[in-house]
Amino acid sequence: MLYSIKIATRYLTATRGQSLLLVVGVAVGVYVFVFMSALIGGLAVLLIDRTVGSIAHVIVEPPDRNPVLLQEVPGALLAVLKSSQQRPTLQSAAAYLPVIEATPHVSVVVGKLLGNGFMVKGEAVAPVQITGIEDKDISAIADIDSSLVAGSSELMLGTAVIGSGLAESLGVGVGQSLVIRSERNVEQSITIGGIFELGLAAIDEAAVYLNIRAARVLLALPEGLSRYEVKLDDLQQARSVAEDLRARTGLKATAWQDQNAQLLEGLTAQARSGDLIKGFALVTIIIGIASALLLSTYRRQSEIGIMRAMGASRGFVVTVFVIQGAIVGLAGGVLGAGLGFLSLLPFPPPEMTSGGGLPVDYRQGAYGAAIALTLAGAIAASIWPAYTASRIDPVKAIGP
Amino acid sequence: MNEVPLVEVRDLTKDYAEGENVARVLKGVQLTVAQGELVALLGPSGSGKSTLLNILGTLMRPTSGSVRVLGQSLVGAEDLVLTEFRNRHIGFVFQAHLLLPDFTALENVMFPAAARHGRERHTDRARASELLDRVGLSDRRDYLASQLSGGQKQRVAVARSLMNAPELVLADEPTGNLDRESADRVMQLLIDINSSDGTGFLISTHDENIAARCQRQIYMADGRIADDRR
Repeated sequence: MLYSIKIATRYLTATRGQSLLLVVGVAVGVYVFVFMSALIGGLAVLLIDRTVGSIAHVIVEPPDRNPVLLQEVPGALLAVLKSSQQRPTLQSAAAYLPVIEATPHVSVVVGKLLGNGFMVKGEAVAPVQITGIEDKDISAIADIDSSLVAGSSELMLGTAVIGSGLAESLGVGVGQSLVIRSERNVEQSITIGGIFELGLAAIDEAAVYLNIRAARVLLALPEGLSRYEVKLDDLQQARSVAEDLRARTGLKATAWQDQNAQLLEGLTAQARSGDLIKGFALVTIIIGIASALLLSTYRRQSEIGIMRAMGASRGFVVTVFVIQGAIVGLAGGVLGAGLGFLSLLPFPPPEMTSGGGLPVDYRQGAYGAAIALTLAGAIAASIWPAYTASRIDPVKAIGP
Repeated sequence: MNEVPLVEVRDLTKDYAEGENVARVLKGVQLTVAQGELVALLGPSGSGKSTLLNILGTLMRPTSGSVRVLGQSLVGAEDLVLTEFRNRHIGFVFQAHLLLPDFTALENVMFPAAARHGRERHTDRARASELLDRVGLSDRRDYLASQLSGGQKQRVAVARSLMNAPELVLADEPTGNLDRESADRVMQLLIDINSSDGTGFLISTHDENIAARCQRQIYMADGRIADDRR
């Protein structure tokens, strides 16, 4: 093996120009692989950050009230129907809080009161989604503080923080007063304390944040919570945490992935496209190495014949060519991955990108995978030329 | 003393297929060479000298007949067996020297041993140096093969053929590409090695003067041994 490595290295260094060109060609393929990994990974981080960054990773709610079968009666079904009048709330919400907070990966837990209603300003009426929340928690799930375009996010009794789209449709600004009417027909007069813009139309055009005590009156819910919203230290753990929470509390717990199926589908399709491009890059590398080594076997036919005549086995010849492929793959892989890393390093992480920038994430360059796959591909690519070399007839190769 | 013959060939034939035609190059060769013999193989081009050497060197398989080298039958053996046998027991010197151009003289000489052991051992390096010294090229040991003259290359090839101390060296026109002085020097080298080491040589040549310096002259014609003189 040591001697095969020496011969392989000698062959590569004897034709330095060609070998360098081959390694650079492989490195370019690996660079494409690394860049695509960083781009696709970065896009996913950006999309998830922009989307999931403003929503809960897990939502804990009262369980669904399904119809209950009361008694089996032959030929008849006797059941209590699911009520559509009664709003599901967590009546003893405070009891669940320590359990939820103690669950692994949970970093933030926010209790919310939710309801629907209308905001009225003169002749203008807009449907709204009312969220009652503790003042300190307003930015715990969606970063309202950083998204403020006017006023402040402080939630005092009698003030509201609303989305920019809603403010625009009602034609109101900070400091202006208007009436809010809940689905329970309770009315309050409130003043706009702040306006935010998250960039998510569904929230910006309908969200109204109120102090939870004001919301209790407006929604006629003197106690309990509509749900807990949970943020995790690792959002990819959402499904397992949701399962854990269901087991610990007996409540309904839904992960963000299950509420954003389209986003997940998009991310999966994007990842597949990336894999396809990476696959093409890998195939290009394999074809490049295979053709270069095949040329090398033809060019070195006579030397292979000499080696065989001197008692080198077919296995020895195969090893020499496979090692050449492995060296080219390894060198090209390390060079391409290294260059990829260095060129990606100046890009800020996608979550820090302020928009408009290329969302490449140097942390997701898949450098190890790029090197390992290139090495494996290079070895695979060299097998055919190596086999061809080993089958060379020494008499024909040496010639008369 | 009943010593095993170095080479024992019986009823050897070799056919070459050229399209639909089959040309018989060896037509029932009978040959016995004793160990340590220095034999010249003469004959016109196409008489079958090179084919016979290739078959004896296990580089080519015969069409029929039996071939034994050092008592071992080489007909029908696996490629790996033949390769190992060739490496251990047979050395080659070709007309065109056939050195590895990207390797030094020392590395070329060492090749048969390194290929056998999978690495360059210190003992092999020492033997290769000694062989280069013996062929008068100790000052050229680190020269690339491509930097040597024709005569020097052929002497390196002779040193290489002796690396694994083979019992048989097959030399196909070893002086064919050399000037008279170099040819004499190479031939003298082969004679010296034969007498000092007892290595058997089968030397194919067109040169009657070269052949005359061997202990035995075998003449080939039309795929057969036409004459055998001692």
